[in-house]
Amino acid sequence: MSKGKSMVAAKKKGNAKSKAGKKVVSSTRNIKVDALARVEGEGALYVRVKDDVIEDIRFRIFEPPRFFEAFLQGRIYSEAPDITARICGICPLAYQMGSSQAMEQALGVQVTGTLRDLRRLIYCGEWIESHVLHAAMLHAPDFLGLQDSLQLAKDDPEIVKTALRLKKLGNEILEVIGGRAAHPINMKVGGFYKAPRKESVRTLIEPLKWGIGAAIGLAKVFGTFEFPDYEDDYQCVSLRHPDEYAIHEGRIISNRGLDIAVAEYPEHFKETHIAHSNALHGMMMDGSIYYTGPNARYNNNYAQLSKLAKSVAKDCGLGKKCNNLYQSILVRMVETVFACEEALRIVEAYEEPDASCVTIKPGPGIGAGCTEAPRGICLHRYELDKEGRIVSARIQAPTSQNQPQIERDLRGVVQGNLHLSDEDLKWRCEQTIRNYDPCISCATHFLDFSIDRE
Amino acid sequence: MAVQKKPKLAVWKFSSCDGCQLQLLSCEDELLQVAGAVDIAYFLEATRAELPGPYDVSLVEGSVTTPEEAERIRKVRKQSKFLISIGACATAGGIQALKNYKDVDGFIDAVYTNPEYIETLTTSTAIRDHVDVDFELRGCPINKYQLLEAINALLNGRKPNIPLHSQCIECKRAGSVCVMVANGTPCLGPVTQAGCGNLCPSFTRGCYGCFGPNDTPNTAALGKQFADMDMDERSIKHFFRSFNANASAFRKESEAHE
Repeated sequence: MSKGKSMVAAKKKGNAKSKAGKKVVSSTRNIKVDALARVEGEGALYVRVKDDVIEDIRFRIFEPPRFFEAFLQGRIYSEAPDITARICGICPLAYQMGSSQAMEQALGVQVTGTLRDLRRLIYCGEWIESHVLHAAMLHAPDFLGLQDSLQLAKDDPEIVKTALRLKKLGNEILEVIGGRAAHPINMKVGGFYKAPRKESVRTLIEPLKWGIGAAIGLAKVFGTFEFPDYEDDYQCVSLRHPDEYAIHEGRIISNRGLDIAVAEYPEHFKETHIAHSNALHGMMMDGSIYYTGPNARYNNNYAQLSKLAKSVAKDCGLGKKCNNLYQSILVRMVETVFACEEALRIVEAYEEPDASCVTIKPGPGIGAGCTEAPRGICLHRYELDKEGRIVSARIQAPTSQNQPQIERDLRGVVQGNLHLSDEDLKWRCEQTIRNYDPCISCATHFLDFSIDRE
Repeated sequence: MAVQKKPKLAVWKFSSCDGCQLQLLSCEDELLQVAGAVDIAYFLEATRAELPGPYDVSLVEGSVTTPEEAERIRKVRKQSKFLISIGACATAGGIQALKNYKDVDGFIDAVYTNPEYIETLTTSTAIRDHVDVDFELRGCPINKYQLLEAINALLNGRKPNIPLHSQCIECKRAGSVCVMVANGTPCLGPVTQAGCGNLCPSFTRGCYGCFGPNDTPNTAALGKQFADMDMDERSIKHFFRSFNANASAFRKESEAHE
C-alpha cells in the first residue's frame, strides 16, 4: 500500500482544462481525426455543429464485418468456444464461457463445484489483465495530457512497471488455468480439457498477495486525477448473483427494475442495424438505451464487493454509486482489487477435482449464456439440431450494446464543451469514448473523427 | 558523437481480433526495452501519437476482407522497408476465410438486418496474396517470444530463428504422450507448424492447428487416419477448416472431405 505513495503523485496536467475558456471567434470550424487510438478496433466519430447546436453526432464503427454467427451454422456445439473466442483477442473468455454456458443449458448439464470455481478464477485473470491494460495503458494518459503510456513510463516509470507486472499476473492466471492468455486452449463445454495441478495453481498465491497491494496503489494514484464533470442518468444493466459479486454467472438485472433469467433476454433486448455502423446497436425492447460495463456492475452490485474493495473505492473518492464514466478508471481498479482477492480465495482453497469436465450427450436444444466481460455483459444464444450441430447463433457484444449510450454521452459532452478548442474537444471526445474501453473488434472495430461547425 | 537513429516500427490492423498485436503489449517484461530500441511510429492500439512514414519495420495483423483494405495494404507496403505479417488472419485469411466457402450474401443476411449497408469482399485473404511480404509469423495468436525474436533479428540484421517443423516434433522433445496413439484423440500435430509451446497435447487435447501447415504436411495421410478412427467426413472437413482454413494444404484436405 505504501507502493501507491512511492509512485510520484500523478501530475494533473488536466488537458481537459488547459485551453478551456479559449474563445472561438469563427462560427464555422472543421475538425477531422483519422483514427481513434487506444481502443481495440477501428471507429470514427462525426459531429456537425451549427450555431453551437449539435445537428448530428455519429460514433461509426467500420471494423470490417466478420460474420461469426454465419460461420457457426453447421458446426458441432463443442467448436463454439474456440471459434467465438476469435471474436476478441482481449476478452476471449467472454465468448468461450458464454458460448459454453449456452451449450450446457441447451444440452441440460450444469458445471458446479470446483469446476465452477476454476471458471470464476480464470475470469478474474481476464478482468485483471484487461482492466489494467485499459486503465493504466490506454485510459490514464488522457488524464495527464499524454499521448500514451510510454510517455507516462518516461515521467513515472514505477506506475507503468507496476501496471505491467499486474497485467502480467492476470495473464499468468489465464496461462495456469487456460494454457495461454489470448485464446486459451483449455476451456470446453462442460468444463476443462485438464484440471490444473494443485502445485501450479498455488504458485499464484504470492503474486496475488502482491497484486492486491499493487492494485490499491494504482487506484490511489488514479484517484488524484481530475475528472470532467459529465454525468448521465444511466440505465445500468448487469448480471447479479445472489451469493457473489457477479462475474461469470447470474440473472440479468437493471437499476430500473429488470430482473430476468439469461434465457429470457431475447424478449427484453433487441439490436438494430443502422447505416453508419458495422456494429448492431443494442437497446431495450421499449427502445430505451442502456449502459453495461464496470460502472453498471458497481452501481447495481456495490453491496456485494469485499470490505477491502469498498474501502479502496472510498479512499479514491467514489461513493456507492458512480454515474461519471470518466471515473470508470477508478471502478476498474476497485474491481481489479476485488478480482485479486477473489482469485486468491479460490487459489488457496483449490483441490484437484475428480473429473475435469461433466459428461455431455449431444442432442437438440436451445440455450443462452451471459458473462460480465470486462466491458459489460456479453450475450449468447444458440439452437442445436439433433446431432448437436448449430442451427442458429446470436451473439451481442458489450460495445455494440453500449453504442447508443456512447453517442448520447458524446452529445452531452460536446454540448457542454463547445467552448473548447477543436483539438481539446476532439481529445475530450476520444476520452469519452475510451471511458467505455470499447472493443470494436468485438462490436464487429477505427475512429475517424470529424466535426463540422457552421 | 553522432546519435544513431532508432528504427521506426509501425503496427497495422486489418480484419482481425486484435489478439496478435496485443502480444506486443503482452511482452510485459520486455515492452519498455522494445520501446527503447525502436521508435513506435504508428500503433493505434497503444498510442495517439503518429509519425509519418516511411517505416523501417511494419507489423501487419489481420486479413484483407474489404475493398478499402485491399487498397490500404498497398499503401502500407509502399511505406515499409520490411513488412512482417503476423498471425493466422494475416498469413492465411483467418477464421473469417470461412466465408470463402459460402455465399457471402447469405452470411450478411444471417448477421445484419440491412445488408445494403455492408460493403465486403467475397473472400478473406492473406496479406501475401496482395503485396510482397518479407516475413510471416504464424499462430492464432502469434507467440510473443517469436515476435520478440523476429524484431530482435531484424534490428541485428539476421534472419529470425523460427522453426518450420511440425508440432509432433515438439511433443517428442517434451516427452508428451501422443494423444492420438494413447487416447485416440484426433490431433493436427503431425501437419501443423510448431510454435505455440506444445500447448494442447500437454492439456490432453489434440492440436487444432493454430499455427497452420508445417513445411512438409502430409494432410492426406492424416485425413485417412482420422477416417480410420471413425471420424465422419464432415467432422474431418471442419477440423482442417478453422483458423487456417485458407492455408493451401489445409484447404485442399478440407475440400477432399466435402
